[in-house]
Amino acid sequence: MADTVQEDATQKNGTLLGADELVLNMGPQHPSTHGVLRVKLKLDGERVRGTECVIGYLHRGVEKIAEHRTYQQFAPYVDRMDYIAAVSNGLGYCEAVEKLLNVEAPLRARVIRTILTELQRIASHLIWLGTHALDIGALTPLFYCLREREEILKIFEKYCGARLTTHAFRIGGLQYEAYDGFEKDVERFCKDFERRIKEYVDLLTGNSIWIGRTRNIGMISAADCIAIGASGPILRASGVKWDLRKAQPYAAYDRYKFEIPVGANGDTYDRYMVRMEEMRQSRLICLQAIENIPEGPILGKVGKVLKPPAGEIYHSIEAPKGILGYYIVSDGTIQPYRVRIRPPSFVNLQAFDKMVRGHLVADVVAIIGTLDIVLGEVDR
Amino acid sequence: MNPTTAAILHFLQTWWVELVCGVVIVAVVPLIAGYIVLMERKLMADMQARLGPMRVGPHGLLQPIADAVKLLIKEDIVPADADALIFWFAPVISMVAALTSMGALAFGPTFQVARDINIGILFVLGVSSLGFLGIILGGWASNSHYSIIGAIRSTAQLVSYETAGGLAVISALLLSGTLRIRAIVEAQQNYNPQQHSGVWFIFLAPVSFFIYLVASIAETNRAPFDLPEAESELVAGYMTEYSGFRWALYFLGEYANMIVVGAVATTLFLGGWLRPFPNVHWLNWLDFLPVLLMALVGVYCIYRAGKQPVPVQTWFMWAVALGCFAVAAIFAAPWIFAPLKFIVPGLNGAFWFLLKVTAYIYVFMWLRFTLPRYRFDQLMHLGWYILIPLAIVNVFAVGVAIVLESEFGWNRWLALIVTTAFTLAVAAILVNLHDKRTAGASTATTATTDSYAG
Repeated sequence: MADTVQEDATQKNGTLLGADELVLNMGPQHPSTHGVLRVKLKLDGERVRGTECVIGYLHRGVEKIAEHRTYQQFAPYVDRMDYIAAVSNGLGYCEAVEKLLNVEAPLRARVIRTILTELQRIASHLIWLGTHALDIGALTPLFYCLREREEILKIFEKYCGARLTTHAFRIGGLQYEAYDGFEKDVERFCKDFERRIKEYVDLLTGNSIWIGRTRNIGMISAADCIAIGASGPILRASGVKWDLRKAQPYAAYDRYKFEIPVGANGDTYDRYMVRMEEMRQSRLICLQAIENIPEGPILGKVGKVLKPPAGEIYHSIEAPKGILGYYIVSDGTIQPYRVRIRPPSFVNLQAFDKMVRGHLVADVVAIIGTLDIVLGEVDR
Repeated sequence: MNPTTAAILHFLQTWWVELVCGVVIVAVVPLIAGYIVLMERKLMADMQARLGPMRVGPHGLLQPIADAVKLLIKEDIVPADADALIFWFAPVISMVAALTSMGALAFGPTFQVARDINIGILFVLGVSSLGFLGIILGGWASNSHYSIIGAIRSTAQLVSYETAGGLAVISALLLSGTLRIRAIVEAQQNYNPQQHSGVWFIFLAPVSFFIYLVASIAETNRAPFDLPEAESELVAGYMTEYSGFRWALYFLGEYANMIVVGAVATTLFLGGWLRPFPNVHWLNWLDFLPVLLMALVGVYCIYRAGKQPVPVQTWFMWAVALGCFAVAAIFAAPWIFAPLKFIVPGLNGAFWFLLKVTAYIYVFMWLRFTLPRYRFDQLMHLGWYILIPLAIVNVFAVGVAIVLESEFGWNRWLALIVTTAFTLAVAAILVNLHDKRTAGASTATTATTDSYAG
């Protein structure tokens, strides 16, 4: 009798010695779930046997709000999704509505958009690097990353007055002209940043503890990534060279030369390397762009009241965390009939269970860090 | 006089020194621990390009007192499902163990805290290890998953690293031939070609010192081995459910433990209260270093005083400067007033001892801000596959060196260099084997990362 009970337990839970599974509730208030993610971990000792993500603690109904706002009124709301990369969100939305209106932003506006978006990518990756390192126990990189991010935020502040939720762009172009000395500020940051990024590399890249904690952790194959729909650095670290900036160029990316870093293993270390290289490439794009910002108007021919023709549009951009898509249905009125947002964090979070199974509790936080999720975007 | 009074008086007459020492430990160590926390926060801030605590007192100098007051007046929470009695008792064990083990330490030739017991170092190591009982019981009694995982981790960590640390201690004991703390330090000064050396044991047994350093970081639960309280994984490990002053007791125990391991390392390997190279006469000027150092700190405080933004801070900096000058004057007094000469060894001894302990703790902090955290299995691998075998080989090597010297008349340094080279070769082999083992576990998936591939 006792034997059968034990066998049943073993089969059901698959734990060592048929012991009970330990269900550990991580979050929504936990130092390293990056917001209000809640993960229920089924543990055998410290080994993870299964996970269950509970999301929605930050749900604000952004998509529903869109149906009751005009096109311009909704633009600030998208900044609140991925608040670490508000500029990128705004770019995606503005371009989607422009596509719907069938207008194109002037070249000068597109170049400045590119510069700001790439700066935002660096800022977003810096936050990822700092918190990821902090999760793995390296305390110091976070403060170095915040120091550099501060410089980027200062540029945003000078440009549009806001630091976090910038609402930097306007449908049809830019709200503001680039301020005097904008190029100089960006150039100073980019020149400085090369030296700064070496500091992180010195602290982490060759560190054997760091390599031990990240290499072969949270492996995911390219096929799995594609099946799930994961995008961004996660997909590229698995070896798929897919970047919308090259594949379907938007803004002014077709004007600049840059490389798309690709990993081989799809493990946490590769994702680290890919993102570090992306920061360097973003820096190069910024340097190329400020060399020659074309003169001209900053706002295209859009009316005061936006009334797109009835129809639907899908537009996606390569946000720092992956592919950010906007699907907008217009019924010909001043308000969208329906807005559907494809947030990269939400889709990438699906890879979590696949990555975590079989690893230890300590790896769970490393994997949450490497996914680079923002719960504002996951829950919307 | 009635018999009770007589007994109490007799007790006091016999034990008054120890009682006073006990009171001093209980009163002073928490304060020192508080200031070590401040030092840690300031160092961390310095390494992370920020300022650290600046609000309470000039440059946050009164922050520890504010923290202590805050913790004291916090609500005392015992979780509903916790085992209240053990929950109450566990942090006390942790702290008492750390404070008790200080009793046997010697901070200078005349500053033995309690008394020079004949099993000195064994007593210190044994009693300080009892602190883990507090951690395990606290984790268990909290009745929380995070706490129990933290407690299990700390148990495994203790078993692994106490072994390696103990084996590293043995080589210092072999060199000195005694467990008595005062005698161990004296063995690092008195030159005696038969038995003893005239240098710090770190020069004779560098590998042992390194092993003890690593093991002591693990024993005090400091990064990169801070798994029992890994904040990004287990919230706060075994302390998750603790708050207010109970939490402060754990904290106190942890920092007191750092002082203890620092003091043990200083005693065993860094020459205790001896100045660097105590037998080299042209370095005798180092005896004046305490005076010079305190005076320099005082001058620096005056220099900074003019740059303080608030008048109160200027006055406070002056006060600190005057305090430094007063200490410098105390250090200098015996040279000016000859009859006071007898206090020189004691004062200078305490200075050097505390300087070395501080330097040791500084290394702890430096590592904490620099390195990421080990994972639990990696910690165990490091302990069992590298550190413990290395410690065993090292004890044999040191023993062989001593025998070669005493029985076969080898030159001491030659013997030590040969055996140390042997130990290092073994270490290289162990690390190599370890790398192969970890690489072998994942050969199928390992490939080089090429950021520009594809």
